[in-house]
Amino acid sequence: MRVDSYTYLPRSFRGLYEGATPLEGEDEPVWAPFEKRLADARLTLLTSAGLHVVGEQEPFDAERERQEPTWGDPTWRPIPHSTTQRGLGMTHLHVNDADVLADHEIALPARGLDRLVAEGIVGGATEHDVSVMGYQQAGLAEWRTRTAPEIVSLLRDEGADGVVLAPV
Amino acid sequence: VPVLARRIEAEGIPTVVVTMMPDVAEALLTPRVVGVEFPFGHPFGMPHDQRMQRRVLETAATVLAGAGRFGTRVDVDIAWPQPRGEAYKSWQPAEPSPIVAQLLGRG
Repeated sequence: MRVDSYTYLPRSFRGLYEGATPLEGEDEPVWAPFEKRLADARLTLLTSAGLHVVGEQEPFDAERERQEPTWGDPTWRPIPHSTTQRGLGMTHLHVNDADVLADHEIALPARGLDRLVAEGIVGGATEHDVSVMGYQQAGLAEWRTRTAPEIVSLLRDEGADGVVLAPV
Repeated sequence: VPVLARRIEAEGIPTVVVTMMPDVAEALLTPRVVGVEFPFGHPFGMPHDQRMQRRVLETAATVLAGAGRFGTRVDVDIAWPQPRGEAYKSWQPAEPSPIVAQLLGRG
């Protein structure tokens, strides 16, 4: 079975994605071997749903995107892995947020990862997961020069052995 | 997100990207890809469907740890349980995003 990448994409957007080519400077393979046993490894989750911790973090900036439609907030938020359901807000103007707000696990499966850890399939989770806002038409430069290095620094500090990233 | 995965991978930390658009992730040279044929906004599946979410996450962990080479792609064989037209409609925001509104000439 092969996934059809365009099943849920409006037909008029298809041309924006079909024939996608690597970005400038991103045209060589990159590869880090996974050295540990999964059962000894600590994993981090990364979502592009634009999630923030309610009452503790600023939401992603949707207002500026409304004013400048080609701009997307390039910042990121560390999300404590222990954050529970309803602890997160979502800012993403490109998808309906109702299902993610009803069940964070569909974008950031922290409890799902905990279950794999409890069963001994995965070694552990880092103290924080990571949230970005996935609409980045004009912001990719900042993602590359600033956001990515900051995230890597968090991953190193928390001893991440691997990252599961999920765009929404 | 593929570009973030590449940047993290280039710093020595292995990554896997779970995505509704695996063809695009492959084209952008993502090291490890797990494809799902789910409506946008739902990379791990239906809300409150732990079994579906677990299948996706466990596949991602398996590919992350077990893929032998760059460009490995595994698609998850789960059919979305809602009718396609319904799911197509419900993932989209109530108001078109600013860029879409602009492209449609309403911005």
